[in-house]
Amino acid sequence: MNVLIIISILGIVAMVSEIFGLRKSIWYIVVATLTGAFIINLNDWDTARRYYDDMVFIDNYAIAFMGLLLFLAFVWFFLSKDQYESDQFNTSDHYAQIIFSLTGALVLVSYANLSMLFLGVEIMSIPLYILAGSRKKDLASNEAALKYFMMGAFATGFLLFGITLIYGVVGSFNLSQIQHHVSEVGNLPLMFYAGVVMIMIGLGFKVSAFPFHFWAPDVYEGAPVMISAFMATIVKAAAFGGFYRLFSVCYTDISGHWAGTLSIVIGTTILIGNTLAVYQVNMKRMLAYSGIAQAGYLLLTLLVLTNASANALIFYIASYAIATLCTFGGLYWVIKFRGNDALDSFKGLGKSNPILALAMTISMLSLAGIPPAVGFFAKFYLFTVLLEKGFMPLVLLSVLGSLISVYYYFKIIIKMYGTASDDTSTLYISIFNKAVLIIILVAILAIGIMPNFFLGIITQ
Amino acid sequence: METALLIALPFVSGLLTLMFNDGKAKMVALLFSLCTLVNAIYLACNFCTCTVWHYELNMPWLTSLGINFSVGMDGISLMLVLLTTALVPLIILSSFQREITNAKSFYCLILLMEAALIGVFTARDAFLFYIFWELALIPIYFICLIWGGENKNKITFKFFLYTLAGSLLMLLAIILLYINNPARTFAIDQLYTVGASLDFGTQAFVFWSFFLAFAIKMPIFPFHTWQPDTYTTAPTQGTMLLSGIMLKMGIYGVIRWLYPMVPDAFSFYAHYAIILSVVGIIYASFIALKQNNLKTMIAYVSIAHVGLIAAGAFIGNLESLQGVVIQMFSHGINVVGLFFIVQIVFERTGTYDMSVLGGIRSKAPLFTTCFIMILLSSVALPLTGGFIGEFLLFVGIFKYHSIIAAVAGLTIILGAAYMLNAFQKVMLGEANTNTSDFKDLVLTEKLVLIPIIALIIWIGVYPQPFLNISEPAVKALIEVASKTSALNH
Repeated sequence: MNVLIIISILGIVAMVSEIFGLRKSIWYIVVATLTGAFIINLNDWDTARRYYDDMVFIDNYAIAFMGLLLFLAFVWFFLSKDQYESDQFNTSDHYAQIIFSLTGALVLVSYANLSMLFLGVEIMSIPLYILAGSRKKDLASNEAALKYFMMGAFATGFLLFGITLIYGVVGSFNLSQIQHHVSEVGNLPLMFYAGVVMIMIGLGFKVSAFPFHFWAPDVYEGAPVMISAFMATIVKAAAFGGFYRLFSVCYTDISGHWAGTLSIVIGTTILIGNTLAVYQVNMKRMLAYSGIAQAGYLLLTLLVLTNASANALIFYIASYAIATLCTFGGLYWVIKFRGNDALDSFKGLGKSNPILALAMTISMLSLAGIPPAVGFFAKFYLFTVLLEKGFMPLVLLSVLGSLISVYYYFKIIIKMYGTASDDTSTLYISIFNKAVLIIILVAILAIGIMPNFFLGIITQ
Repeated sequence: METALLIALPFVSGLLTLMFNDGKAKMVALLFSLCTLVNAIYLACNFCTCTVWHYELNMPWLTSLGINFSVGMDGISLMLVLLTTALVPLIILSSFQREITNAKSFYCLILLMEAALIGVFTARDAFLFYIFWELALIPIYFICLIWGGENKNKITFKFFLYTLAGSLLMLLAIILLYINNPARTFAIDQLYTVGASLDFGTQAFVFWSFFLAFAIKMPIFPFHTWQPDTYTTAPTQGTMLLSGIMLKMGIYGVIRWLYPMVPDAFSFYAHYAIILSVVGIIYASFIALKQNNLKTMIAYVSIAHVGLIAAGAFIGNLESLQGVVIQMFSHGINVVGLFFIVQIVFERTGTYDMSVLGGIRSKAPLFTTCFIMILLSSVALPLTGGFIGEFLLFVGIFKYHSIIAAVAGLTIILGAAYMLNAFQKVMLGEANTNTSDFKDLVLTEKLVLIPIIALIIWIGVYPQPFLNISEPAVKALIEVASKTSALNH
């Protein structure tokens, strides 16, 4: 709980920092606070507590997700440092909104009440509607903001409607009471199931699952690159955390009613995401479709709903998010040097900047699920959890999806090492930024080889 | 412990190679690979036939999932480790005459691949095996992608995708075995028991998943379509790694992971695999006869030879398995020799096209002698390395089915036809503009070819030490397979 308060205050500090002339030091304040919050968060381990009349429930699941989100935000601030030093944007405004959004994300993984779920989604999303449009004179950026806002509002509508229907049946927003109602009282009216489906649609928008994925490519493409990175990783991780929490707490007993629908959604998400990613010529759009496909794999955990699947979810989302962050971080430099985000701008990168190319390569290998990168182990663990419950057809489909995904991830690798560029100048990245990339790389490989520590986080 | 060191040595030396500059990298890499070879030979010398498994190490790795870092060597593994460690220095040496851009990365990747290959041949844990299996793929992919020839992007990608498709199915099969294992480990001995206890349908799934992974790697007809292009476009060192060592991963997989794992499905389906292998022999031989590109021709020759070895592996009796092991060894040496010959021809004449070559014999007598020696071994002439393995394989195949043996036997005739045809076109006749100033072998080339020829003669004349190494292991393997299949009936 302290973490939530600290991060909200940090947001306010970031907002007013310019007034007090702290512009230069705000980055350090943010990074230090995030580190502190991370440690405080870990201190709460194994002390499951409910706060504010059971509005927020900080259990190990919440702590694990909050830790992950804080860590990702931490990495994000390192990767985006250069962007804000180059004065394209108003640093403190951006930082404040990012941190507010992070606050929403933290609420979204620790709620114990549907009203908090709604608040989490909104607090997380609203700053991003603004940030997506922060290139004020750029048409694509404005389009992205508008589209994201419209789609987001639409999704919120569904979410609220679903929450209302469920309230109508249960008479409470509280997750434990809903769970109690589902398992003890039984005899649920159709209205309840309609509510479940509505919530599923609302959250489906947020995690960009088929058929609610249309906004993602346009928004990622139009928004500034590091904002897209934030949306593709932190926001997605939080949305999944919220999604899984709700379904694992409340709807496990009635999984027969929604698992079939969800399976179809998952199957099409994996196929559509992977297939459309193949045809992209723009890196950001490709990453958006890759994110859609990965959302499909992540949703698979909702079919199992055991401790093992919660572990698989956290591990997979962490591996996806860290590799995607690294990719966006690399993409930022490519855009800076080569001027655009077309796939062709990766040509010859293996020669002109080996470190950057290596970072991209390892991230791509991780996303494609090739050992020893962490992405492989995440997929392996996910498949094991699923096969244990006998989801062979969906696993085969996922394998097919991974094979298709190799095509577009390797397109980048081939461009970097297999083709020469007209622009042969060496690209200079400062030592600090190189070090950031290398540390992320080492993390991707090290966790891939030694994932022991991160498995079995969730045991209840 | 020794095995783990043997894996670690090339891995660490690969990374160390990156520290040197491009000029020194090749000498450094050569030295490191020789160290690994010496280490392997030392282990081979201390290899007694008293137990089957040697130099074992079993360390917990991912405890919550029952994954162990478990490696060890029996005779079969040792033969392949010897092959790997002997070929890598030769492969590195074979590149000395070439100008290689960004050489340190090149040699680093070769050494990393060596580590992964040794890992594949010694892993005793299914998960570990899979990791090494995939790790071996990544360096060779980049070797082919960065230093490859014409149209490399497309061809190397096809290669990667093909092999990955096979391995992903294998991964599913491994997971399936694991979740049926009540002890929740990936240890190979336990999985043998688990595999045998599965119902037939699951066994069939496991069989075909493993089969696909291995068949693509070898490759067996009709999963070979990636191979000729990849061999042709890859840099010669990459081709040597692929044909000399990497395809043995597939054959090794069959005898270690498939044959004892699912006995019911194996005895039911192996017949089809054998037929496919034999079809591949004939098919590839005929294409080799018609080929004009020397490098592509050798690629098809490799398919034909591997078809025979694969057939022997799927038959799984004592003679055929012994033949498989010794033939894997001598095929590795032969094929690396052949590709080196091809590279020498290409470097001096600038073409792979056999129709514009000719007359080299009169210009380079030493080179001609080497070529003939390797060629004779490749057509399995008695007293050369290729003979003993093919002989054992034929005995095994004949015991299994006489008609299949007769068809497979065509390989001897066809083999002589395409090899001699190639020799005639390249070496005999009048020298022309391409070949008129063909220089004879230089020192580094001799240093590659002489060990190859020495090994060919050694295996041909006195194969007993090699057979002795593998025999207890092969017998143990057959025993395991018969035991697991007996469990079920």
